[in-house]
Amino acid sequence: MRVTITIDRRPEIADPEGTTVLRALHELGFTETLSVRMDRVIHMDVDGDDTARVKMRVEEMCRRLLANPVLEDFTVEVAE
Amino acid sequence: MRTAVVVFPGVNCEHDVAHAIRALGGDADLVWHRDTDLSGYDGAILPGGFAHGDALRAGAIARFSPAMREIARLAARGAPVLGICNGWQVLCEAGLIPGAHIANRDLSFICRFVEVEVTDTSSILTRATEMGQRLRIPLNSYQGNWVDPSQAGRVVLRYVADPNGSQDRAAAVANAAGNVVGVMPHPERASDRLLGSADGQVLLESFLHSLVPA
Repeated sequence: MRVTITIDRRPEIADPEGTTVLRALHELGFTETLSVRMDRVIHMDVDGDDTARVKMRVEEMCRRLLANPVLEDFTVEVAE
Repeated sequence: MRTAVVVFPGVNCEHDVAHAIRALGGDADLVWHRDTDLSGYDGAILPGGFAHGDALRAGAIARFSPAMREIARLAARGAPVLGICNGWQVLCEAGLIPGAHIANRDLSFICRFVEVEVTDTSSILTRATEMGQRLRIPLNSYQGNWVDPSQAGRVVLRYVADPNGSQDRAAAVANAAGNVVGVMPHPERASDRLLGSADGQVLLESFLHSLVPA
């Protein structure tokens, strides 16, 4: 099954890369840009046919390895 | 008494650390990260570099190396465990020190001497120092910006001037017991006057004085 994981840095944690990209966009004239967060998306193919079970397993992967619980939140979407 | 210097693939300061420890009269061995028995050691240092290429996040893969189970065991029994630079990132990922690291505030790789001040003398990194003592030590990192929403980390060294945005200007942070410490500047690179400063010696001496037989 095709799995998409989004890992977002919590809003209260600084994102120096996002700040730098925002500044660069402003310098290029894209002054309508109000904020930039450099979050991450991970795509995976996972063996299995039970959506709920696949989601549970991938959430466990996020908790153990893929996301840092101090800094980040995650969402998992499983495509049928 | 013996110190294990743990070698993950991609670290690059292990020989410097072992040399600095030996120069101070200590015994240090390089141990491979797949070693599963560190019972012959009284303390451990995780040296700087780029363990596992910093894939995913600095320290995220290294924390699952077999040797880390032994590091956790050493930490739990009160033995000194010191993470330098990338080693501190590994200790945070392993949950042995509160917090995590993000990119430096100005997104620059900082490679220069910085001045730090002792703010706590009851850790394995600072017990031979004096409160308020200032030390000149090289910083060499891109992700030295420590954040700790839990506010549980004990800052034991603080930058005199903020170089990277680190919370509370923390240059070194201890766990509650003070036996596990992470430090961002490199004491081993300031362990001889030939290197431009010997101020790191007192920090490594603190570590050596903290070793007690297993």
